[in-house]
Amino acid sequence: MSDCVNNSRRDFISKVALAGTVTLAPGLLLHTAQAKPDDQAVSSKTRWGILIDTNKCGKGCTSCVDACNEEFALIGSMPNSADTQKTQYIRKVTLKEKTTGHEQSLPLLCQHCENPPCVDVCPTGASFKRADGIVLVDKHICIGCRYCMMACPYKARSFVHEEIVNQTLAAPRGKGTVESCTMCVHRVDKDRNPACVEACNADNHNAMIFGDMNDPESALSVELKNNGGKQIRADLGLNTGVRYQGI
Amino acid sequence: MKKFEYSQINGKSLAYFGLLAGLGLIAVIGVLASWYMEHNGHYVTGMNNQVIWGTPHIFAVFLIVAASGALNVASIASVFSKKMYEPMARLSALLAIALLAGGLVILLLDLGRPDRLIVAMTYYNFKSIFAWNIILYTGFFAIVGTYIWMMMDHNMYKYKKTVGLAAFIWRLTLTTGTGSIFGFLVARSAYDAALLAPMFIIMSFSFGLAIFILVLMAAYNWTGRELGDVVIARLRKLLGVFVAAVLYFVIVYHLTNLYITQRHGVEEFILSSGGIYTQLFWIGQVLIGGLIPLVLIYAPGVSQCRKTLAFVCTLVILGGLAQLYVLIIGGQAFPLDIFPGYEVSSSFYDGVIASYSPSLPEVLLGLGGIAVALLLVTFALKVLRFLPPSLADSVADPHA
Repeated sequence: MSDCVNNSRRDFISKVALAGTVTLAPGLLLHTAQAKPDDQAVSSKTRWGILIDTNKCGKGCTSCVDACNEEFALIGSMPNSADTQKTQYIRKVTLKEKTTGHEQSLPLLCQHCENPPCVDVCPTGASFKRADGIVLVDKHICIGCRYCMMACPYKARSFVHEEIVNQTLAAPRGKGTVESCTMCVHRVDKDRNPACVEACNADNHNAMIFGDMNDPESALSVELKNNGGKQIRADLGLNTGVRYQGI
Repeated sequence: MKKFEYSQINGKSLAYFGLLAGLGLIAVIGVLASWYMEHNGHYVTGMNNQVIWGTPHIFAVFLIVAASGALNVASIASVFSKKMYEPMARLSALLAIALLAGGLVILLLDLGRPDRLIVAMTYYNFKSIFAWNIILYTGFFAIVGTYIWMMMDHNMYKYKKTVGLAAFIWRLTLTTGTGSIFGFLVARSAYDAALLAPMFIIMSFSFGLAIFILVLMAAYNWTGRELGDVVIARLRKLLGVFVAAVLYFVIVYHLTNLYITQRHGVEEFILSSGGIYTQLFWIGQVLIGGLIPLVLIYAPGVSQCRKTLAFVCTLVILGGLAQLYVLIIGGQAFPLDIFPGYEVSSSFYDGVIASYSPSLPEVLLGLGGIAVALLLVTFALKVLRFLPPSLADSVADPHA
């Protein structure tokens, strides 16, 4: 059996799904900003970001995590590795205020910093930031030194501890290299929301808004302007692309 | 100016070939251990997504730091014009190159993709201190290699002091770079300190000299050459100063952290509640690597025989390894403070002390690197003139 992807069938399914989505749930797509056409280079005029409202984030809900795991086929992809060695691009973190005991929960992922420490420390330049603000790892020149993992203040990166099984086309993953959330760049470049955002909206939590931080008209920018959004470890001055409300 | 005689070691005895074979075997086992880890992936090691740099890094950083310190004796001779150290300068430079090579072999073979060495050598991100270190390591080989040439070639001897000065500056820069690999990590409580760079320099003085003394004594003892008390006494006192200086930096580092409220967590972990890390700190680093050697060097009435000195050097080396274990593994085991003021929990082990147990292949790779370094020295001593036939007091006396 051929491993080739039937592109025409895939396009057809995508279009049907898109049409269905537009027809059935127009609200879901309101947050999607204008992505670039395929033939156009990435531009720094755009800066992709995600705003997360922790008040809307369901305690115990793992829709975003599940969607990410499915999108990148993370579960079961490293069968020999211990749990401490397995990749997680996004995780739910429970916070408890030490003095008051106030509890809240939020998803934590690569913060796609404007000044990413992982990019600063990478000896070969494998860790890089796209012009539109998405921080990625070039798996072809990553030597697996793991210095980016030492430098990331958010523990957002994972090391591939063994040969990956059941790869998806969403992102190349390779034994001996480092990986992390790609902000679903493969979707973003096709005008789609990242999988985590899509799943959160589909569950009607609507805790995550994806959009262009440079576009003052985007739903993300409007919400940030009206109600604000904090950066995690803002003291580090990294100007993160992922912002949070309610923390 | 007084010129010293140098000669190769005989190197025809069964014991010599036995030593070569033994070191070669350990080196080969180290390479096989690396192959096992690379073939399977790092899941067979103790490392994980929390403790990212494991046992191989302890050995690698130790050897790289010690390499720069091993050059001390040569620097004291040519930069600071201390005549007594001059006959040992060649061995000092040789040991420096060998230790660096051993350390780099470990570092390379622990990469996720060691087959991409060529990528590491051709793609540079000049904002990365790691990339700078690659240049510093390569330059160290070139400069110290040239330094040995200047020392050995009578026609080039006049340039020895200049190249020696360059090597001295370069080795200080190199160890600054090594310390800064950790010092520049702003988000980790145990690192993020400019003090780490000078602390690594003083650690290099201590570890490097301890290894140098052991190698010097072994080389002279095993080849039946005379090594006078003057040299031994001077090196012992120098080692004492360095060991005390390391302790001083450790005290300053921890006092600073103890003063900063934000760092109380990591200090409490290392100094009090950290289990193996706390034990390694107090027993390994402070007691075995610091206080006992100081007592054995300076306390009146303690035997000053060579066996005691060899024992002291061994303690300094073990203490140094413990120090790097506490710093590198302990520093990672303590969780990142992503949300200051909050207790944190997640499926990704946020907010908890990370677990790490060294695996056999990691230890074997580390020992393999040490074997590579010693193998290079053992071989080089036979093929080139590194050692004076005698370092008896009449030869080495500083007042001669």
